[in-house]
Amino acid sequence: MSVIVATSLAEAFAALSAHPEATLVAGGTDVMVEVNAGHRHVADVVMVNRVGELCTWRHDGAMLHLGAGVTWSQIEAAPIAEWVPVLAQAARTVGSPQIRHVGTIGGNLGTCSPAGDGLPGLAALDAVVHLASPAGERSLPFAEFMVGPKRTARVAGELIIGVTVPVLRGWQGYSKVGVRNAMVIATASVALVTDLDGRTVRLALGSVGPTILRCTEAEAFAAANVDFANGAASAAVVSEFAALARAAARPIDDHRSTAEYRRHAVGVLAGRLLRRAFPNE
Amino acid sequence: MTVTQTGTDTGTFAGTHSGLAGRLGDSVARPDGVPKAQGSFQFAGDLTADGFLWGATLRSPHPYARIVRIDVSGAWRINGVEAVLTAADVPGKATYGLISHDQPVFASDYVRFQGEAMAAVAADHPDTCRRALAAIVVEYEVLAPLTDPERAIDGSFPPIHPDGNVVRHQRIVRGDQSIHGPVVVEGTYELGRQDQAFLGLEAALALPAPGGDGVELHVATQWLHEDRKQIAACLGMPDEKVRIVLGGVGGAFGAREDISLQVHACLLALRTGRPVKIQYDREESFHGHVHRHPCTIWMRHHAGTDGTIRRIEARFVMDGGAYASTSSAVLINAVTHTQGPYRCDHATVDGWAVRTNNLPSGAMRGFGVVQAAFAHEGQMDKLAAAVGLDPVEVRLRNAMRTGDHLITGQEIVNVAPVARLIQETAALALPTEPVGGHDHDPMRLPGGAGRTADERHIVRGIGWGVGIKNLMYSEAFDDYSTARVRVADGVATVKFATVEVGQGFVTIVGQIARTVLGVEEVVIDSIDTEIGSAGSTSASRQTWMSGGAVEGACRLVRERLFEHVAELHDLEAVQLEIDGTDVVDTLGSLRMSVAAATAGIVIDETFEHHHPATEELDELGQGNCHTAFAFVAHRAVVDVDPELGLVKVVQIATAQDVGRALNPLSVVGQIEGGIAQGVGLAVMEELLQVDGIVKNATFTDYLVPTFLDMPDVVISLVEEPDPHAPMGAKGVGEPPTVSSTPAVVAAIRDAIGKDLHRVPVRPSDICS
Ligand SMILES: Cc1cc2nc3c(=O)[nH]c(=O)nc-3n(C[C@H](O)[C@H](O)[C@H](O)COP(=O)(O)OP(=O)(O)OC[C@H]3O[C@@H](n4cnc5c(N)ncnc54)[C@H](O)[C@@H]3O)c2cc1C
Repeated sequence: MSVIVATSLAEAFAALSAHPEATLVAGGTDVMVEVNAGHRHVADVVMVNRVGELCTWRHDGAMLHLGAGVTWSQIEAAPIAEWVPVLAQAARTVGSPQIRHVGTIGGNLGTCSPAGDGLPGLAALDAVVHLASPAGERSLPFAEFMVGPKRTARVAGELIIGVTVPVLRGWQGYSKVGVRNAMVIATASVALVTDLDGRTVRLALGSVGPTILRCTEAEAFAAANVDFANGAASAAVVSEFAALARAAARPIDDHRSTAEYRRHAVGVLAGRLLRRAFPNE
Repeated sequence: MTVTQTGTDTGTFAGTHSGLAGRLGDSVARPDGVPKAQGSFQFAGDLTADGFLWGATLRSPHPYARIVRIDVSGAWRINGVEAVLTAADVPGKATYGLISHDQPVFASDYVRFQGEAMAAVAADHPDTCRRALAAIVVEYEVLAPLTDPERAIDGSFPPIHPDGNVVRHQRIVRGDQSIHGPVVVEGTYELGRQDQAFLGLEAALALPAPGGDGVELHVATQWLHEDRKQIAACLGMPDEKVRIVLGGVGGAFGAREDISLQVHACLLALRTGRPVKIQYDREESFHGHVHRHPCTIWMRHHAGTDGTIRRIEARFVMDGGAYASTSSAVLINAVTHTQGPYRCDHATVDGWAVRTNNLPSGAMRGFGVVQAAFAHEGQMDKLAAAVGLDPVEVRLRNAMRTGDHLITGQEIVNVAPVARLIQETAALALPTEPVGGHDHDPMRLPGGAGRTADERHIVRGIGWGVGIKNLMYSEAFDDYSTARVRVADGVATVKFATVEVGQGFVTIVGQIARTVLGVEEVVIDSIDTEIGSAGSTSASRQTWMSGGAVEGACRLVRERLFEHVAELHDLEAVQLEIDGTDVVDTLGSLRMSVAAATAGIVIDETFEHHHPATEELDELGQGNCHTAFAFVAHRAVVDVDPELGLVKVVQIATAQDVGRALNPLSVVGQIEGGIAQGVGLAVMEELLQVDGIVKNATFTDYLVPTFLDMPDVVISLVEEPDPHAPMGAKGVGEPPTVSSTPAVVAAIRDAIGKDLHRVPVRPSDICS
């Protein structure tokens, strides 16, 4: 077993070329749980948490680029929180302060659990995921990156470099239901993003399907029926929006919740988020 | 052989000063508080010894199966493996248990729950152990498990154990069985399986004596002498050959009362002739210790139109899981507390503790009374509603007093300030903050960090729970405690086998010695089996029993000291008393410091403290089976999101009958901690099993309250010293868990106007 601590992208690529099957570790908050539980056996490890290029973010007006190594505690605080509140609210729900200090958005993408809290926001923002290997770079829309529960389009030897999201004008937020008031896996979650310039409302659901689900019908309904200028939506619109969110869910029964409750919860959350975005009746 | 320990931050507390100062009644900081906060306290899992091996346990994946064949040869082929043991390698008794010895050290014919131990290995590294366990081949004939307790009762399931499927059946029949109504309220209440969820996982280090002639076990446990008795029997050794030393304990709550890894570690050490350490991980811990009994309780109260209870009918069904553990005692606690802290002279109760292929159930803080309280408090609220009284008034009308009787016929001779507890709790201020707080922080709403609700979605409710809890062991058990106090040159050294699990006995010891003897310095000797038993750290009993033992030993030492001083100064010993840190002559002018009075001499006394004898219950459940009682009242305020079914417990107000608060800081700690466990049971804690398979044996999915889930706790300590209790002090550890759970559930019912009869309350129970 070898542990290579990469301090630059070049070093990370070199390490990956030498050990294409190596386990990448950023914060280790997913990897180490699996290792300790005996669910994952690691041979070689490439640490990427000190790769400078991955740990930075860049804001160029319309777009925000977040390196894979940006942590939740960076995302939950200004200035990132002001540009992408949906990700900041998601960040605040991740684990405990200790976890948020080391856990990264790249690790959340690497694991790609349907309950990953960063993912509904990325889906709603139409984030683009950047991957790279010594062979070159490619970029994928989030919806193409996440292909199933804990399954991604990343191939062995590829690094997640980061994500690009738009900085939008308009309300955005994230809500997550769990049976505890903090430090809990989502039993159902919803991200809502409004774009006042594009006059769209985007809605993504977590923990109620094999991947993060975008609710295109609810989105189209909202775009057609809310009053962007006055920040208003009627009670009937809110309730129809909630119903469409419920209909889009594809939940399962497991030990954390029943499918029925999950479906119910995403409806309630979608309605409440729409009301927060459009506070007037 | 040296066990590596660092400084004074040891789990044995050997040589630790019991607090820096403080007498009875003072708030004294724990000697292990700072080391624990700083991470330097040595828990049992931190112990190592030169050349030690790691031990690990093979566990059954099936809840019920016949073992056709175990082939361990694969494990032996792995480099670094030093021992592989199965049932055939147990030299002594093949089984153990606290009450009936029905649990095998290693399963040999059948496995009866998922996670039952079948073999153990010792090797040079935990990874080697893991590979060795994987290389053991077991052929099973998998059987359909017994998971429905009712089938154990009705006899429709063939016995899953030679001792049968019923662990104990107990009836209580008292008074006039024909009383009916006029007001009748009825309900069925259910409690899920709660885990003790201590943070310091099971761990032990076993050191073999030269030539295998004995073993020393450093272990995080609750009762050193009971461990020794069971271990020695399984090892086929006399008790004296087994020495148990307390390892640093990270919480217990009942889960360390039974044997888990003790026998395995000793067997491996004796077999290899090397120290062996075993430490469970969280998943193994969930399988490796007993849990609170899941329970279904039916109750019917008959009352007058004024709300006074006339007669209670009840049926308890407790799922004891695969092995007996303390199920029979838990059942007796449950059924004998049917009435709660209320007068009732007529009752008909039927109680069952049964065997199933679920995880074994046993001791957990509250020990059967938590189950009874959830039911009787639900009933009191139904009764209040039926007769048009508020929950406080109905409880006051029925409140038990000293001189009242349990439905077992036992007279309550202890202080019983039930009405006062209710009134003092009611007088504590309700939260002044509105829903969401003055600062409108979304974190304070139900859903917390998940930002699921806005203030307008939330409704608030208030609920009550009042409890009675027996203290000490019951049914003719003599759970005595022993202490030895030695004074020389003004320093008292106290020896006892009382396990410190975090409850604070190590501060009480110094407070007692300082108060009774006038010494300033009190040193704690190693906590081990080199003295008589202290009984278990459970049943809220150590301040009463071991505190009483230390006080008794101190009094004997003081008598000898007075005799010594009297002789030197030609006085009568009865003239002398301790005043602060001096010995004074109450009739004359002599005054000398205790340090000076004890210079150059050694006074050494041992005292065994027994409580008055108790009786077994008879056929009709009658008899003075309990030793003493304490009482408590809780009022909960909760905020509920009815649409999503999420809850935030905002405040719990409590008045507790503590007799006398010997260390108020410790008492408050016990109350807050007990309430955290009560809140956990009310709204989130449940270890789920489906067809005997555990679904959530991790802290990812077995949820315990975080800081954000913990309510503000406002406390009134009701101090009416109990004449039967040493120093007037009652046990305080369990009452906070007894009625905080029903109070929270009552508050949720109040908020949403819906009947809830199962804990933990799930979101879907609220919003469906
Ligand atoms: C106590 C606790 C609480 C938690 N609570 C939450 C929660 O509330 N919500 C939530 O969503 N998650 C939670 N998690 C999971 C975890 O913290 C998050 O998923 C986190 O974002 C993972 O980031 P990391 O940097 O620690 O990932 P790591 O564990 O380092 O890696 C995770 C995966 O991503 C891969 N990976 C990491 N970086 C890269 C890269 N640059 N390129 C390619 N692959 C990469 C790794 O190989 C691995 O497969 C919790 C974990 C713990 C231990």
